[in-house]
Amino acid sequence: MGIIGWTFFWVGITFALYIGIAIWSRVSTTAGFYVAGQGVPTVANGMAVAADWMSAASFISMAGLVAFLGSDGSVYLMGWTGGYVLLALLLAPFLRKFGKFTVPDFVGTRYYSNVARVVAAIVTLFVSFTYVAGQMRGVGVVFGRYLEPVLQPISQVVGLEVITLGVIAGMFVVATYAVLGGMKGITYTQVAQYCVLIFAYMLPAVAIAFLLAGNPIPHIAIGDVLPRLDGLSEEFLGTNYSDPFQNFSMLNVFCITVALMVGTAGLPHVIVRFYTVKKVRDARWSAFWALLFIAILYTIAPAVGMFAKYYILSSFSDLGAMGMLAEEEWVRNWAQAGLIQTEAWTDGMSAEAMLQTIDRDIIVLATPEIAGLSAILVGIVAAGGMAAALSTASGLLLVISSSVAHDIYAEIINPNAPDERRLLAGRVTIVVAVVLAGLLGIYPLGFVAEVVAFAFGLAAAAFFPVIVLGIFWKRCTKEGAIAGMIVGLTFTFSLIILMRAHVVLPFIFETPILESFLGVNAQGIGTVGMILSFATIFIVSKMTDPPPQEVQDLVEQIRYPRVITAEELAEGSQVSPGQAEAGGA
Amino acid sequence: MPKMSREEYWQKQLRRTLILLSVWFVVGLLSGVLLIEPLNTFVFGGIPFGFWMAQQGSIFVFVSLILIYAVASDRLDAEAGLAEVDDESTSGPGAGH
Repeated sequence: MGIIGWTFFWVGITFALYIGIAIWSRVSTTAGFYVAGQGVPTVANGMAVAADWMSAASFISMAGLVAFLGSDGSVYLMGWTGGYVLLALLLAPFLRKFGKFTVPDFVGTRYYSNVARVVAAIVTLFVSFTYVAGQMRGVGVVFGRYLEPVLQPISQVVGLEVITLGVIAGMFVVATYAVLGGMKGITYTQVAQYCVLIFAYMLPAVAIAFLLAGNPIPHIAIGDVLPRLDGLSEEFLGTNYSDPFQNFSMLNVFCITVALMVGTAGLPHVIVRFYTVKKVRDARWSAFWALLFIAILYTIAPAVGMFAKYYILSSFSDLGAMGMLAEEEWVRNWAQAGLIQTEAWTDGMSAEAMLQTIDRDIIVLATPEIAGLSAILVGIVAAGGMAAALSTASGLLLVISSSVAHDIYAEIINPNAPDERRLLAGRVTIVVAVVLAGLLGIYPLGFVAEVVAFAFGLAAAAFFPVIVLGIFWKRCTKEGAIAGMIVGLTFTFSLIILMRAHVVLPFIFETPILESFLGVNAQGIGTVGMILSFATIFIVSKMTDPPPQEVQDLVEQIRYPRVITAEELAEGSQVSPGQAEAGGA
Repeated sequence: MPKMSREEYWQKQLRRTLILLSVWFVVGLLSGVLLIEPLNTFVFGGIPFGFWMAQQGSIFVFVSLILIYAVASDRLDAEAGLAEVDDESTSGPGAGH
């Protein structure tokens, strides 16, 4: 069997596994559907969070992105891992103690307001939809790249593009296990998907580390490769690979890192994961396992980036561009797939011009071939890419469904609906969400590439401040929370639009309306939005009446791992009435 | 009865959270961003130190911080007499004592 045969084999096996898990773990209650009955073991939950977190973009594009950004690529590495520290210390254990299903549930109850709940549900929908659109596209792209020779004839018969067929296949698989199993099905499939994707990622990384440095551990092999890469980079590109601030200013590196960290901690599909474990202690440990599993990929990715860039530059140094085209098989293969524009290659072209003709995704996609892995293993990498895209898509779809079916339908429109009815609403909305997300994947809007800036910026500015202050500051009021969410949301949203107008609305604007906000670019603007949101919540809360006693008691409950009895609460407030203030200050 | 008041428990948790978050800031944002250039003058095992912190070291520290938090919180729960509580969300008020 060749690469295509083995790819079919592995993708087929893993798809069958996911559907098998879905049938085994199907659920019959809303608690099972939304939070897996709160019975997921911590290590399994950690793997599920990791798979949920690591998308097609993490798997395919991140190493390439970091390789092309050099030192400044650390904004993604630190940003997408450091947020888990905030999540573990400031949010996860307390939200688990709160114990209800969704982020809007917490916001609505803590701020004793259905307005706050609806605002939170709308933000959740917006953030999750922008994020999921990119995932479904990722499914289609992975299918298209690996299975094109087989899908091509089918696509001619049915008259659809290869990517469209890929998206439809992905929609079918996700819909099956999400509708049947809800959160429980999704969680256990994600555990399997994590194992597939991390194995698929490590395998070529280890092989290429051994090939280049004689050491199979990528983290150690970089010590051998980086000095050589710096030398080549200096010679051909004029700068060291490891020199900082070549692509972003220090201010932007700082702001982007903070926005991604805080945004990570505020993303609803990540937060909701910590509702699924059994007790408060498990939420803390889940966060640890999750970041550990994520860190495996995130510390290998920059190494893969360095290896690939070194390999490309050293090959260029030995052979020149035309020599590479003649000698290197992977160059010809990926030129055929359209990821290297070799038509632009000439004798004596500069390394910089040559690098510009190479698609960043090549860094991960071509490493198995560069490392000389056999067809059977290249097929596993394809299955890993699919696993990454599907696991993230399914987690997001569940959050979208819970916002509509739980927060808006069951809590506001029809609070008396029986459990079966709510479960049906959840299943129906998940199907609708899959179809909508699939359509967004088939007909991508111009700004899909910008969704990361949107999703993280909005999560950082709208969610993180209200949730953190809701836990750590008893005096925080509903007026403060609503004002803070609206200020953070509108500021971040409008500034991203202003700065990315030429990408979001290309038919109206040719250049951005605003270059930057005081030197901060669109990706980092969430940091400014977050600061404004914190400030608004603080000022408005100080000016309004303190929250009612039962809300202050709720905060007291959230902070303590055990259930506090009514007598204990009364006792606490009798002994020292000022304590509530002091504890929250 | 619990051996530690709720207030004391919470103050201890707050203090620990603050300390761990300061480490988070120093390691991630200070050494990986603001001070990366001076730190890059130190080279260990072929890798400039600031660059290594930004792309590898900070991530290892982040994982360790959550581990320390989980272990220390377990210990504090035990001290406060909260360790044996099995499932506080479904058990009745005051169960586990």
